Amino acid sequence: MAQHNPWPDEGNTGHIWDEDIRELDNPPPLWWMLAFYAGFIMIIFYALYYPSIPLVNDHTKGLAGWTQIVEYKDDFKVLNDWRERTFADKEERLASLDVTEILKDDELRNYAIATSKVLYGDYCMACHGAGGQGNPNFPVLANDDWLWGGSIKAIEATLINGRVGNMPARGMMGNLSDEDVAAVADYTIALSEGRADDASVAAGKAIYAGKGMCMACHGPAGKPLAPTGATNLTDQIWRFGGTPGSDLRDEVIRTITNGVNVKKDGQFLAETRRAEMPSFKERLPDADRNIKRLAVYVHQLGGGQ
Amino acid sequence: MSDSKKEAYRPKIHTGSVLDDVTVHSKTLDDIGVEILPVHAGGTIHAKRIAGKFRTFKWLVASIWIILFVGPYLRWNGNQAILWDLTNRQFHIFGLTILPQDIWMLAMILLFFALLLAASTAIAGRVWCGYFCFHTVWVDVFTWLEEKFEGKPGKRIKLDAEPMSWQKVKIKLPKHLAWLFIAFMTGFSFVAYFVDSFQLWARLVNFELGYYEGMTIAVLAGLTYLTAGFMREQVCMGFCPYSRIQGAMTDTETVMPTYDRDRGEPRGRAKRPKPGEETPELGDCIDCRMCVDVCPTGVDIRLGQQFGCITCGLCIDACDEIMEKISKPKGLIRYAAINEFAGKELPPIWRRPRVLVYTSIMTFAAAAMIWGLATMSPIEVTVLKERAPLFVQMSDGSVQNKYTVKIVNKSESVMHAQVTVTGHNDLIFIADRVADVEPGNVGSVGLLVRIPRNKLTLESTPIEIMVTDLNNPQIVDRYTSVFHGPKR
Repeated sequence: MAQHNPWPDEGNTGHIWDEDIRELDNPPPLWWMLAFYAGFIMIIFYALYYPSIPLVNDHTKGLAGWTQIVEYKDDFKVLNDWRERTFADKEERLASLDVTEILKDDELRNYAIATSKVLYGDYCMACHGAGGQGNPNFPVLANDDWLWGGSIKAIEATLINGRVGNMPARGMMGNLSDEDVAAVADYTIALSEGRADDASVAAGKAIYAGKGMCMACHGPAGKPLAPTGATNLTDQIWRFGGTPGSDLRDEVIRTITNGVNVKKDGQFLAETRRAEMPSFKERLPDADRNIKRLAVYVHQLGGGQ
Repeated sequence: MSDSKKEAYRPKIHTGSVLDDVTVHSKTLDDIGVEILPVHAGGTIHAKRIAGKFRTFKWLVASIWIILFVGPYLRWNGNQAILWDLTNRQFHIFGLTILPQDIWMLAMILLFFALLLAASTAIAGRVWCGYFCFHTVWVDVFTWLEEKFEGKPGKRIKLDAEPMSWQKVKIKLPKHLAWLFIAFMTGFSFVAYFVDSFQLWARLVNFELGYYEGMTIAVLAGLTYLTAGFMREQVCMGFCPYSRIQGAMTDTETVMPTYDRDRGEPRGRAKRPKPGEETPELGDCIDCRMCVDVCPTGVDIRLGQQFGCITCGLCIDACDEIMEKISKPKGLIRYAAINEFAGKELPPIWRRPRVLVYTSIMTFAAAAMIWGLATMSPIEVTVLKERAPLFVQMSDGSVQNKYTVKIVNKSESVMHAQVTVTGHNDLIFIADRVADVEPGNVGSVGLLVRIPRNKLTLESTPIEIMVTDLNNPQIVDRYTSVFHGPKR
């Protein structure tokens, strides 16, 4: 900062840098000052009108009682009212029609799908994946393998009542030895590969139909006679296992050895497969319409029948 | 004119940079070159209006703007011929309907005109500013009206200086009403390109204008009245970025209205020599200031090309008229390039690199536009592939991929769009429906494609999805997508 001031009459503050950069003491323009004072006055009104001053456990409420959340809720109500008004007709038809009819009605079907995305994300996605791709131990919804039936009615029933899988450990009577289990496992893998009549799996085939009584649920040819929750063993989809990185035979042996949802003394077996779909009748808001909506949505994920 | 006054003009004739004449030892604002550009700062400019060939040319070019006012009322097949229907996202230009998907053509139009501006500026300076710019044209019409209502410049200056009186209001009012009428018509005509023009009139006379259309008309009318009526040349100098950009786009080969200094200087009025007195050697410029008086932006062209000059050529008209009167050759102020004064020959236009580059980009834009219009398909198909999951293993051993096919109907009739898929010998596809798509709408079809896993040779197989309008089977569009399978 320069010591001497070559511009004494200019009204500078005496702060001079680099020979000639100096700080002047000019008043701001009048309009600017007026706006500045107006801003101060505004603060007083603002502080009185809106919730603004923090107190120890609370804050001042303001003269208007305005809060963001109330405004948000009001706005949301406007939006919701608009939705209800605009889609009242469609919602009504959704409630009155049967799911099969909804599926046939192009417009209603599209409406059901479009309005299901959030519901699906909230209630289904955690287990079944964003696009119905499933998760380890949670069934894929986008394929055509349906344990409980893939018709729209069956999907709706699954959503309403939920489904609990049930497979006894070590065969129907629980009497299979480890060797028996391994033989049956080899046979089931052969079934899905189309080699069911191979001599190498004849032992497993015999246990499947005889000692293990597997055919009671899975059907004499490895295909359940009705969709009752038993898997189709002849197809290429594995309800448990078959995920990349796991050994298929080990997985199948584990399933046969420990069963599905098998309890001992009121406790689930440590290694038993868990397969339980809860009922959504109580869980979903407005279940009547939303179950139909979701049934249509799941039906179109890729495998609906 | 006295010698001292004449002297006052001299230092202002800058040939090099203005900074050459700047004294920097004393660092006050005046001395370091701030705002020493010659700008008219003396209130409203009341320019003289005289006849001449540039004046005629200006009127001819300006009359093209009449199209703006007539355009909204043109009809085509019972509809408005030019309609930028923002609500329905459709642009109608005579028989042509352009949907947002084809909006890249608008970018080509903009590119074409941007480069046309650049090319014309490189060749002949600010011809846009001088002849065609809506601001120049509107100011020209507004001042023409002013002269009709209030008389010649001298009379107007006297009137402006008078104190406010009933008499003054009576003279001024009709002019303002006329200005407001033009301003209103400008805003109204602009808006009428976006909604049906006749319905807009109907809504206007019934006081039923919508908020947005009403506000747009009001704002545009207000701005027109303000800028063309009052701001005038200040818009060019203070607001308009193009005037500054274009000033930088000229070079030494650009022809612009230029004062021939070698011929004109030293300027002055020849006096009959008194006996014994030597006649001063004077140039052709008699310093009549006609060129300044007619200038709509109030600049003195004799100071050289400057940012205030919109190159409208009116000073050429004025100077030529004077030269004719004093029997000197015309063209003391004329369209000429700096290189001409330096004695260099101007290369032909087609040998100037900038012009070549500009025109080649323009040709590209025009060609792209023509190609776009010629190949504009009435149908547009986009396919969205489901990514979660990428593929699904089906029970019969095949792999399934899911797609959503979006079909845009750009034609005038309903489409019955059928989806088919090719690309693999063992491919099976299931389209959930044949979509009926209304004109200007988007239809959506869910599509499942299956290929047996053991027949898949690639992790991603290219497939082609074809959409055919069954109502009009020559309307077909194809989309290339991929089919994903497990890693191999």
